[in-house]
Amino acid sequence: MPAATPGSLESLGSHPAAEPSPDLPPGEAGTSLGREAIRRVVRDPLALVGAFLVVGFVVVAVFAPFLAPFGPNDRVGAVTPTTIPGPSAEHWFGLDSLGRDELSRVIYGARQSLLVGVVSLLLGATVGISVGLLAGAFGGWVDALVMRITDIMLSIPGLLFAIGIAAVLGRSLLSVMIAIAVVNVPIFVRLLRGAMLAQRGSDYVVAVRSLGVRDRDVVLGHILPNSLSPVIVQGTLTLATAIVDAAALAFLGLSGEDPAVPEWGRMLAETQRFLASAPHLAFFPGAAIVLAALGFTLLGESMREALDPKYRR
Amino acid sequence: MLRFVVRRLLLLIPILIGLSVLLFAWVRALPGGPAQALLGERATPDAVAQLNELYGFDRPILQQYVSYLWRVVQGDLGVSTTTRRPVTEELVRLFPATIELSLFALVIAVGLGIPLGYVAARRHLTWVDSSAVLASLLGVTIPVFFLGFILKYIFAVQLAWLPATGRQDPRLFTEHPTGFYVLDGFLVGRPDAALDAFLHLILPAAALATIPLAIIARITRASVLDVVNEDYVRTADAKGLSQGTITRRHVLRNALLPVVTVIGLQIGLLLSGAVLTETVFAFPGVGSFLVDAISTRDYAVVQGFILVIAVIVVVVNLLVDISYGLIDPRMRTTTILQAPSVGAGSGGSGV
Repeated sequence: MPAATPGSLESLGSHPAAEPSPDLPPGEAGTSLGREAIRRVVRDPLALVGAFLVVGFVVVAVFAPFLAPFGPNDRVGAVTPTTIPGPSAEHWFGLDSLGRDELSRVIYGARQSLLVGVVSLLLGATVGISVGLLAGAFGGWVDALVMRITDIMLSIPGLLFAIGIAAVLGRSLLSVMIAIAVVNVPIFVRLLRGAMLAQRGSDYVVAVRSLGVRDRDVVLGHILPNSLSPVIVQGTLTLATAIVDAAALAFLGLSGEDPAVPEWGRMLAETQRFLASAPHLAFFPGAAIVLAALGFTLLGESMREALDPKYRR
Repeated sequence: MLRFVVRRLLLLIPILIGLSVLLFAWVRALPGGPAQALLGERATPDAVAQLNELYGFDRPILQQYVSYLWRVVQGDLGVSTTTRRPVTEELVRLFPATIELSLFALVIAVGLGIPLGYVAARRHLTWVDSSAVLASLLGVTIPVFFLGFILKYIFAVQLAWLPATGRQDPRLFTEHPTGFYVLDGFLVGRPDAALDAFLHLILPAAALATIPLAIIARITRASVLDVVNEDYVRTADAKGLSQGTITRRHVLRNALLPVVTVIGLQIGLLLSGAVLTETVFAFPGVGSFLVDAISTRDYAVVQGFILVIAVIVVVVNLLVDISYGLIDPRMRTTTILQAPSVGAGSGGSGV
């Protein structure tokens, strides 16, 4: 998985070379790497499927109250543990073990997933980018120290790390979000630092340096913007893993404190007992997790391939 | 070369110390303080005072850390509050199950992943390639516990071909000298028990194998694609070598190097994936014990298990690093541990 080949991405972002020169004939303007990347993503069928899934997921999450036929906690039918009605014309996804409409719960569950995904991504990426920036900009002992700390953090398998943090912070949605964010911090640190190191020796950096630009402006104005594209790709992929991780933590009993709030991972965990009599209860929330995560993965992977000239054969 | 190995070994020390500091701090950050956390919610004030005395939780923090480190080095990871047995003993009892499961999953992942990736690369830009890519993306995305449910429902509930839970039919009453049940079956002369243990492994191992399988397939594909475009492959072709020879001697030998690394890096994924897989299949290993420990707040167990698993991951990464340096001299100047994200990319966290 050539995750980071940052050196090859230099004309993205705000670097002057990325701007099409006004002298070029109109047809040549599209040859910049950034535009070329967008063109490639738009042309890639897998990227379109990914974008479609992502947009669908966000729309469902945002407009859940309008889309769901019932409230997430309305008991709309009679059930016993052995007779849980499966999909029907009235209840497309069937009922759950308490007689609630499964479709409505899956729809409302999208909100929780999106919330956890976005907040933990923002937290993790912000901290990771800041620390990676420090390491990449200062180098020396700061860099060495930061790298050793990320080594330590990455040595604990992500899920176990998240479990440990969630245990310290207590059972709440916020602690799940912080736990997932912390697990992602070292990944962003490494990625940005690696990308910045690759940029440091490049010709344009030498050029702006020789023009007498201050170090701070070289880093913030030139190196950082040109190092961000692998981070953006990773951010998209992180949304996918954050959704799956949140579901896994909920599956293990670490999630928001209110059991009435529909959550895909918890819905899956609660259906373990009914697997033989009501498999639909496991299938729909599980499929929802897969589709949401797959959407971000497809989009992220296509972006990576589009941005990375190594893939252009 | 010796310098390279020694440098890698020296790098291990700060990581291990950092890990111990992290876990030491973790227990102290738990709600209620360390003694309360280690003894559980129903601890009497007397018991708390006793443990404070025993472990010296009231002494200066540096002194506490040193004595914690000393205990860990001696193999003392504390006592489980639920089973009242030393955590080390529990680990020794349960680890064979998880190792057996992980090894079997690794065999599936490597055995299917490499051919899949190879075929996809050789059929680059055809529907075979696209579907292999899509399948591997799906493979890294699908949560292990959901896949576990699906497999269990199809093969255990509906078709009843395979057992749904456990490691072995308890009615077999067989002995377990090593704790590796398949091996034990042969050791005590009970092939039926070995077969039964093997059948119990299939579903959980298949679920656990998906993410590593998908990652191995992707790396193999990317790596073969890189190699087939190399000049030396074209030269070999121009020399008139047969396709089989080119594949064996030139393509695979070079393309599989990064794959070997990635296989080593799957250990962390397998061990954290085992936590979920074992829960779904009620497979009595380290993972399901850890999940129980979380729900009963048995923090001594959680602390000890995370430490041991992290040390295993660190050591395996180091071995991979060193072996890669042995195979490929270019790698002696950089470290795989420093290469961003071989496992991180879209590999997820093993969920």
